[in-house]
Amino acid sequence: MEQPNLSYINSMSGGDKAFEQKLIGIIKAEFPEEKKVYFDNIAAKNYKLTAENVHKLKHKISILGLEKSYDVAVNYENNLIDGATEGRTDFESILQIMTDFLETL
Amino acid sequence: MNCIIIDDEATARAIIGQLCTNVPSLKVLEDFPNAMQAIKYLNSNAIDLIFLDIHMPDFTGFDFIDTIKNPPKIILTTSDPNFAIQAFGYDCIVDYLVKPITPERFQKAIDKAEAIKPTAPVEKASSGQVETSSGNDLYVNIDRRLIKIDIPSIYLVEAKGDYIQVKTDDKNYTVHSTLKKIEDKLPDSLFLKIHRSYIINVDKIIDIEDNSVLIKKDVIPVSRSNRPELMKRLNLL
Repeated sequence: MEQPNLSYINSMSGGDKAFEQKLIGIIKAEFPEEKKVYFDNIAAKNYKLTAENVHKLKHKISILGLEKSYDVAVNYENNLIDGATEGRTDFESILQIMTDFLETL
Repeated sequence: MNCIIIDDEATARAIIGQLCTNVPSLKVLEDFPNAMQAIKYLNSNAIDLIFLDIHMPDFTGFDFIDTIKNPPKIILTTSDPNFAIQAFGYDCIVDYLVKPITPERFQKAIDKAEAIKPTAPVEKASSGQVETSSGNDLYVNIDRRLIKIDIPSIYLVEAKGDYIQVKTDDKNYTVHSTLKKIEDKLPDSLFLKIHRSYIINVDKIIDIEDNSVLIKKDVIPVSRSNRPELMKRLNLL
């Protein structure tokens, strides 16, 4: 399974370590909130809102260098827009991998 | 350039803010998690450039652009590449950045924004129409105000769906009306319809190529059926 990394954050920070730490802090604060809203909406079978949550989470997936996972999220978002949940298991695995990674930072 | 950032995601605001710090000509005045707060801010602050997320709850980036009266330059920032075609419909949008935004692509967008001179302020109509003309003046109804336009200063009228855009030497006006209606109000001696979507002021032509006319900085197509009339109007050597 693809693993997260900090390549993007390092490349866009221009070597500004303070900013890197600040950004990681923002992601660590925002990600659990977005994840919670996602799980609430999928549990309520509100697929339109769930698609919006996936859309927003996609950015963090890409920030953490998860290129293949990003494609999984895109497909899942499109399925949710169509009212289907195909891809849910894979997407939620990605969320768990991100959670585990962020805990190490 | 004074700029603001509008994005409902704190991570995105932080990244764009950081990318701006690498560009000396950019000064980020504020960032906003939603469009409504930004609209209030714009009512009392002059801004040159907005970094605008499209996908925001309740009020999208496009809703925002449609709401503000004189949009400054806008760089769209989004995780969704599917709105690019829609973005082309807005003169104020100078670039379209797909997240995650790289420093190189960001710099390219800034270069584009800096290369574009500020657009003439646009009076955008929520509802308006071409009202009357008297002598050299034409009155248009914009937001329940009758605004006088000096007819010879008009160089181009363009049909845009249910609206027309009237371009003058110093200002542009978007009016809820039709090309036919304004055509009837403009003097034939000065104006000519050269395409189903365009009326030009013949005196303002800079040059003519096979199928187009350069008027100010606008290159306007000339339809085949209108070309003979255009050629008749020219004082050809």
